[in-house]
Amino acid sequence: MKKISRRSFLKTTLAAAGAVGASGLALPASVQGADPKELATLIDIRKCVGCEACVDACKEVNASKFPEPEKPFPKMYPSRVRAADWSEKRDVQDRLTPYTWLFIQSATVTINGEEQTLTIPRRCMHCQNPPCADLCPWGAARKLENGITRIDADICMGGNKCKVVCPWKIPERQTGVGLYLDLLPSLAGNGVMFKCDRCYNRIEKGEPPACIEECPEDVQTIGPRDEIVKRAYAVAKEIGGYVYGETENGGTNTLYVSPVPFETLNKAIEKGPGRPHFKAVEDSMAHADNLAKAMIIAPVAGAVAAVGRFYKAAKSVSETDGKGE
Amino acid sequence: MQEDFFPERLIKRFYLFILFLMSITGFGQMPIFKRYYIADIPGLAWLANFYFTHYVHYIGAILLFAIFGYCIVGYLLVGRQRFRLTGSAYIRIVLLTAIAGTGIFRVLKNLPDIVFSPGFTMFVDISHLIFMMIFLLVTAVFLVMKTGWLTLRQ
Repeated sequence: MKKISRRSFLKTTLAAAGAVGASGLALPASVQGADPKELATLIDIRKCVGCEACVDACKEVNASKFPEPEKPFPKMYPSRVRAADWSEKRDVQDRLTPYTWLFIQSATVTINGEEQTLTIPRRCMHCQNPPCADLCPWGAARKLENGITRIDADICMGGNKCKVVCPWKIPERQTGVGLYLDLLPSLAGNGVMFKCDRCYNRIEKGEPPACIEECPEDVQTIGPRDEIVKRAYAVAKEIGGYVYGETENGGTNTLYVSPVPFETLNKAIEKGPGRPHFKAVEDSMAHADNLAKAMIIAPVAGAVAAVGRFYKAAKSVSETDGKGE
Repeated sequence: MQEDFFPERLIKRFYLFILFLMSITGFGQMPIFKRYYIADIPGLAWLANFYFTHYVHYIGAILLFAIFGYCIVGYLLVGRQRFRLTGSAYIRIVLLTAIAGTGIFRVLKNLPDIVFSPGFTMFVDISHLIFMMIFLLVTAVFLVMKTGWLTLRQ
């Protein structure tokens, strides 16, 4: 990742705005959502053979987006603030890192009495109402109209908030890159957060994400979300399987279909930092959405209370004025 | 009509408390309270819980909008007969409108089916913070100058 100047920061912001506006036009009919415009992907776990072609393709296609940190890192205060450095461990492929936006998780489960190892591509779920984008204080993480949740590396300060609020703890931090270096590197920020952007720049050109294009087993399918949900349930019905992502965190644009329940998968996979779970997830933003409705009623309620409180006084004042005249 | 009509003493205290809460929970949207040990102070751990501070910020906004509705209607019904708004009140109103306006767009942005452009999203996010910082600065100046919202009509 290159160091940015104020000019390039502004240029990038404007370009990003333009790109999003144009993104709906560039997509071919095969991947362009009719209405709604959100595109989703379906990952059919049965088909994955764990060859890691998707992982390699992701790393190759997105190499120019990966961080190139400046070292030594600026000393950060207070001392509890730790640098996160993956630049010497770029080859790590068994978990998510700033250089590995997609990895293969494995689970040994029993299917029809036979023990099998399933391999599962894991990356950002691209939530329909992503808390990382909703709660980002700078607008660095944002949801695009085509359903992609993207972190703009030129704006992100690396505060890690997106990871804290993400139900799957997907974004990963790299210190020594990004805007914070030009502001107060010792006192605020700590790098940039990185995660899958579902190849937004390829989608803009009408090309599928690299992981989908390079998969020899056609594990993934991309298309309008409603069609993808239908397809997920059709496959699930056919194999007596299960769907993940339709309602998780209010709905995600990455759906999985599995021959075993996701509770079983969740127990069987290795979980921890950089290794997301398969638990059921409630809608993180549901409470906030409900409170938003109350905001419409609040000023009306205040106004009604004032009328109740002051109506008599207002009437007596106008009567007094009337008599005075 | 009481002498200290606008805002009534209780409402004024409530308004100041809500503003304080909004400032704290607003700044709490940045990951600073944990970094700078403030959330380590007994009783303040909630400041590092982004979801909790977000809910409190929303509840504060609801209460603040109710106070706005109450005060605007109260002033129009009764207050303006005897009081007029000071110059500092107009500055406060402009800034509060800007804060509330950008805040409304932030709330809209957080709804599931609403997507703004990246540039507008960033503008709303940053301007909301900047307007609040200007408001706090201006309010501090008005506090020193002892300039209130209302003054008696001549």
